[in-house]
Amino acid sequence: MTLLSEPLGFEFFRQGLIASGLVGALCGMLGVYIVLRRMSYIGHGLSHSVFGGAVVGYVLALNFYLAAGLWGFLSALAINATARRRRIGADAAIGIVTTASFAVGVALISKTRSFTRNFEAALFGNILGVTTLDLIVVGVVTFGVAAFIVLFYKRLLFVTFDPEVAPIYGVNIGLVDTLFALAMAATIVASINVVGVTLIAATLVIPSTSARLLTDSFGRMIGISTVIGALSGIVGMYVSYWLDVSSGATIVLLEAAVFLGCVIVTSLTRRRPAWVRQPIPALARERPADDFE
Amino acid sequence: MNATATLAPTRAPAGDALVRFEHVSCGYDGAPVLRDVDLAIRRGAFVGVVGPSGAGKTTLLRAIVGVVPRVEGRITVDDLVVGRGATTGVGWVPQLETVDWNFPATVREVVLMGRWAERRWQAWASADDRRRVDQLLERLGIGGLAGRHIRELSGGQQQRVFLARALIADPALLLLDEPTSGVDLKTRDDILHLLADLNADGITIVLTTHELNTVAAHLPWVVCVNGAIVAEGDPDDIFTSAILGRTYGADLRVVRQDGLVLVADAAPHRLRDALRHRHGDLEHTHHEHEPHDHDPTRDPDGGASHGPHRGATDHQHLR
Repeated sequence: MTLLSEPLGFEFFRQGLIASGLVGALCGMLGVYIVLRRMSYIGHGLSHSVFGGAVVGYVLALNFYLAAGLWGFLSALAINATARRRRIGADAAIGIVTTASFAVGVALISKTRSFTRNFEAALFGNILGVTTLDLIVVGVVTFGVAAFIVLFYKRLLFVTFDPEVAPIYGVNIGLVDTLFALAMAATIVASINVVGVTLIAATLVIPSTSARLLTDSFGRMIGISTVIGALSGIVGMYVSYWLDVSSGATIVLLEAAVFLGCVIVTSLTRRRPAWVRQPIPALARERPADDFE
Repeated sequence: MNATATLAPTRAPAGDALVRFEHVSCGYDGAPVLRDVDLAIRRGAFVGVVGPSGAGKTTLLRAIVGVVPRVEGRITVDDLVVGRGATTGVGWVPQLETVDWNFPATVREVVLMGRWAERRWQAWASADDRRRVDQLLERLGIGGLAGRHIRELSGGQQQRVFLARALIADPALLLLDEPTSGVDLKTRDDILHLLADLNADGITIVLTTHELNTVAAHLPWVVCVNGAIVAEGDPDDIFTSAILGRTYGADLRVVRQDGLVLVADAAPHRLRDALRHRHGDLEHTHHEHEPHDHDPTRDPDGGASHGPHRGATDHQHLR
């Protein structure tokens, strides 16, 4: 028991524990939509973009959350707008917008020789330095994103499953996409102190992919992914404390272990969902116009 | 469209139109996909839209639900002008090929998407929702499958799931994009019978199809589209070589026998002749079989790869 209670004596650990649990749950929850929309790369890209915004904010002496959040939101909107152009895929759009943002950050650092102290913290996370303000931000973002997902559940499901048909049934796809971009930007900004720029993508993608292996239901997938994320965050903090390893890396490694476990268990018990077992039939190609029987 | 006026039988009473296109040109970026469309779909109709790929069949359907970005002219559904937003009272069934079958969704989750606007802020399904889904699935012959993943179903069952999603909001109009594409013969017949039953219940049905013989020829009303409306009417009247030639830009012959209409593509026939000619035995074949040769499109000099003479043929030339 002391093994569990001893670290709780430290305030930095208590705050870090709450923050990592919340961030794990938050990323697990939102990650389901990111994975199903095939935007896995966006977590990686957007966090790099947010880094650029953080540096710009630092140089201009703006509040970190304000500068990074706004920058991230605008980047997400730019990605959405670029991806809607038919000739540019979402992956290329993410690559263009976010690496350009990251380059702005790197260029500013090299030019002004500032921000170097925070550089490592931003890249790899600094959970031991989580302040009360950070905790409040994480709490507010988690609550806000959860509220968004609950209130827009039906619309988000429809848009994620069938973006072409959802507007036909009256779903305002522009509103849903804009709010989703806001939720993504807020999630990444809130998580950056806990897991760092380089590892955020993993916390968004791994829990939801593990959950996908365990269920065929969308509703259950969100629940399972949230629980995997939260537990990985909490357990990861303890493991990180006991082994004296970086907390962000520990959380991600734990999630990867859970994923591996899911793969092994579902393979052994053959309780994989049908879509894993069955080969995907070749899509019927559209026939040429004059090819009639 | 000119042909429409003369060819359309009197069974299209314009007075009771559920959907009406008035001088509509519409499309996306660039040139319009459809030009100057005038069309009335009467209440309770069962209409097939045919035409080659890229002719604007799906765009015609999408225009009815207001998701085509650029529209000139006026489209009304139930006398309400279709704007940029969604049209109510319309159910949409997408092509099955466009569905992501790996998506984690059960039959119930998919069907309930059609009812998202009811209690739109409530994430979970109400008891009423669940009851309605069960009743609808039962009616469509897939009762008891609500908890199954959509991937686990057969092609016909999958089509019914998306029909259920369209029907759960009690639409007056059902639009289906290629509902028989990529399914086997039995499934195709099942789907058409099911649609006929729904039509008998008073639902207006409009579907697009590539299958002239097996689907369109059996429908009571067909609209031929190729960038504009080429003709509309009973397939018995409008399936002629001239109209189908204009619709498809291909040499299609029409055979009529015992009340059946059969559309045949003449291109392979011409290709065969071209090959024979190239291999030097055309003349031999030609002489032997001349009295029985019914192909009036072949050039006298044997230039069989030339295009056909549009409208020069009709069913009377064929047996």
